[in-house]
Amino acid sequence: MPASVTNFATHFFVLGDPLIYGADASIVLVTLAILFVLTYFKKWGWLWREWLTTVDHKKIGIMYLIAALLMFFRGGVDAILMRTQLVWPGMHFLQSEHYNEIFTTHGTIMILFMAMPFIFAMFNIAVPLQIGARDVAFPYLNAISFWMFFFGAMLLNLSFVIGGSPDAGWVSYPPLAGPEYSIGPGENFYLLALQISGIGSMGTGINFFVTILKMRAPGMTLMRMPLFCWSVLAASILIILAFPALTAALALLLFDRLAGSHFFTMLAGGNPMMYINLFWVWGHPEVYIVVLPAFGIFSEVVATFSRKRTFGYASMVASLMTIVVLSYLVWAHHFFTMGAGPGVNSFFALASMIIGIPTGVKVFNWLFTMYRGRIRMTAPMLWTVGFIPNFVIGGATGVMLASAPTDYQYHNSYFLIAHFHQVLIGGVVYGMLAGMYYWWPKMFGHMLNERWARHAFWWFNIGFYVCFMPQYLVGLMGMTRRIYDYPGDMGWNTLNLVSTIGAYMMGIGFILLVLDVVYSIFYGERDKTGDPWDGRTLEWSLPSPAPHYNFARIPIVTARDAWWIMKEARRGDLTDVSTTEGVESVRVTQSKQTAPQSLKQSGPLQPIHMPKDSGRPFVLSVCFFIFGWGLVFQWYWMAIPGFLGILASLLARSFEKETSYHIPVEEIEKTEAAYGRL
Amino acid sequence: MNKPFWTKWRHLMFVLLVPLVTSGCGERYLVLNPAGPVARIEQRLIILTIVMVLIVVIPVIILTAVIVARYRDRPDRTAPYMPEWSESKVLEVVWWGIPIVIIGIIGTFTVRDTFRLVKPQLPEAPLTIQVTSLNWKWLFQYPDQNIATVNYCKIPTNRPVEFVLTSDAPMNSFWVPQLGGQEYTMPGMAMRLWLQADKPGVYFGHGANFTGKGYAKMAFDVVATDAQGFDQWTKQVKASAPPLTKQGYKNLTTKQDIVGKQEFSSFPPGMFEADIRINGGMYMKHQLKEATD
Repeated sequence: MPASVTNFATHFFVLGDPLIYGADASIVLVTLAILFVLTYFKKWGWLWREWLTTVDHKKIGIMYLIAALLMFFRGGVDAILMRTQLVWPGMHFLQSEHYNEIFTTHGTIMILFMAMPFIFAMFNIAVPLQIGARDVAFPYLNAISFWMFFFGAMLLNLSFVIGGSPDAGWVSYPPLAGPEYSIGPGENFYLLALQISGIGSMGTGINFFVTILKMRAPGMTLMRMPLFCWSVLAASILIILAFPALTAALALLLFDRLAGSHFFTMLAGGNPMMYINLFWVWGHPEVYIVVLPAFGIFSEVVATFSRKRTFGYASMVASLMTIVVLSYLVWAHHFFTMGAGPGVNSFFALASMIIGIPTGVKVFNWLFTMYRGRIRMTAPMLWTVGFIPNFVIGGATGVMLASAPTDYQYHNSYFLIAHFHQVLIGGVVYGMLAGMYYWWPKMFGHMLNERWARHAFWWFNIGFYVCFMPQYLVGLMGMTRRIYDYPGDMGWNTLNLVSTIGAYMMGIGFILLVLDVVYSIFYGERDKTGDPWDGRTLEWSLPSPAPHYNFARIPIVTARDAWWIMKEARRGDLTDVSTTEGVESVRVTQSKQTAPQSLKQSGPLQPIHMPKDSGRPFVLSVCFFIFGWGLVFQWYWMAIPGFLGILASLLARSFEKETSYHIPVEEIEKTEAAYGRL
Repeated sequence: MNKPFWTKWRHLMFVLLVPLVTSGCGERYLVLNPAGPVARIEQRLIILTIVMVLIVVIPVIILTAVIVARYRDRPDRTAPYMPEWSESKVLEVVWWGIPIVIIGIIGTFTVRDTFRLVKPQLPEAPLTIQVTSLNWKWLFQYPDQNIATVNYCKIPTNRPVEFVLTSDAPMNSFWVPQLGGQEYTMPGMAMRLWLQADKPGVYFGHGANFTGKGYAKMAFDVVATDAQGFDQWTKQVKASAPPLTKQGYKNLTTKQDIVGKQEFSSFPPGMFEADIRINGGMYMKHQLKEATD
């Protein structure tokens, strides 16, 4: 074999590590299995028509959910590998380089390719149904968003076996991530994967911002919206204003790496601090982007399963919006120790602490929503109640970290690691899982098994504390993050061992969760009513899963908790009104008069205007993938056709006239009749 | 799930306590065992913040358990049920108010200590040590003594030490938990960190910011002895150790490896400042001025 070919192969494929050979083999096997199944069952057409070309928000939501769970698995395996290496000092399970790649991909995947698609799954599944809309404002853009995310994620994941993963940490600070210290394609994978999926995130932010502001059903004023929609609105504002900073940072670093520019090198007048500032101007709002929707889900779940109105709705909205504003004013707390003066550090310390106030208020409001309610400890509620102590501790350590002089001691130590895992797992992951259990029947028409769910929750929740409480302690003992090995005489050994045990317990919890999904697909209780939880918001007024067009007639909303009010009116049940204030009883009485009208939804059905499916978002994203891949390896023969493909896809859309169609009344009648709703 | 909820939480509390018990000895908690004034200010603030946040954390966790236990939906439940009750000005004021007061207190002390830690009170002239983080080792230069060490440094007790920090590699962070919090080392810049040891001892230090393959092995010792011992040690290094030449420094920087402790009886004059300049300090005039002051 010619030397050039062997040389190419050794750079292209990652060689010499049995774990990676294992990954190679499993990727090939899984791919073959998928191809075989699709071909054997003649599902290629189905896949293309029903999924790859869909612009239906419900299907896009499901695809986001599947992708998020897969990425959760990948990121979780990374975590288990790291904890295995750290179980005891002097382990030879992973080499340094391999460990560095794994913590980099763990962070990147968990934030950008697990948390982000998970919240987008919830956006897509719930928002249009909650506000009484038939789809999002820009369904075609929604499909683009998903496929851009998907191919960005693919690009990053392939780096593990092809070319080598990035290994400069998920923050990718220059100069370590610059051309001098990160040779090879790894960092390029990171930069391009984030850039491509970032376009998708931006699209989603714009889409849901407009959807919530423009597509609400008649009568649904902003202050009658479900709190989840408020949280999505807040997160969308954050996405729109924060992601451009990341885009700029990634693009400039890519120029430094590929084109020899000097934006972030100290030489030739650049400055790495500019990257660090840009990154965190995005990075801190980013954590609120992922956690605010979780707050929204908790608000929905707590009210539903306490059979009670959300306590302090206005306060909840105010705190969401306060967080939006404040989250832009705290970014420098990620680098108190990079030489900022005491004035700057004081400002960012105070701003970071102040953001704890609205967050704390939300916790009290959830508690008092449960207070004097009737709490049903279903799976979504279990994750919600589990979240509260978790987030209170995580928030408290957050305030501790915000205090600049103490941060000099916590920074980059395991104390910090424990803190942000507690808020990101305890907040975001618990929230998304609560949302998944909550809306699962709405997505798939069947419930998830409660017994399995409880086992999964307790393994995961107890495992969480076993894993991360020791990390606070070991941080106070001086253990720094991102080390693949540590000295054995520092007293860190036992705590690391305990932490690893906890990580495995969380792994078991995740496996049980997956088994719950598999079990319930076959044996889960079918949801015939469309309202299995006795819900309060409009998505529960629809059959499960909702028909393609969502609402045969757009509902008329007369109050907050619109579906609950409609049900109350239907029951003629006003016994509780006596306990409320005067304003409330007026509201309920009014709704009693108007609700039956909207319930019966009288008047003839109208044809429904719907967007056409399109394969172009998929094609466009494939072109982006090819373009990105070409740039990663600096193969311009590949990047240029990819770029031309992008342009062609965009142009083709501009010349497209027929992008929508009408569903005829007969078809709507047929569908509604099949649900028994006519 | 038919047991009362708190029994579950009892198991949880047990799990929480295990690591505390098994880890044992308190002096292992370096951050909480300060050996100098800087670390002591930080430790006191840490304890203050812990106490303040616990004022919220503990009641909220108890409240959660109590509310869930009391209002669980059961057929025989007699606790009041008020499905429409959702507003209370008084309660809202209380829980906007409590966090504001707590944050106010923590914030006041935070700002005070942030300014306090910028510069120490100076009863004595400080000792200056120039620190350069390399791949993957630490170089300490003593401009007044004209000696240098690798991966450890000696300091006199009860005398403030001014560490001037830079990097001739990706940025790292210089952290000696028992003496005080960390500060980054950045190429082309000179950062300052004031530390002081009150009692003799060997203090664990470690790079705190990831710099690649050998980063995990970037531990160093800060050895504090009395002034006499420090003088003796400098004399001994001057007498016995080899000099650090320009070539020797080049070997330290370009060989990306992990080395043991080393001493040098001298180093080329102005090497630290030149290092900052060629790494980009030339574009930051004020930085360069500060470094050479």
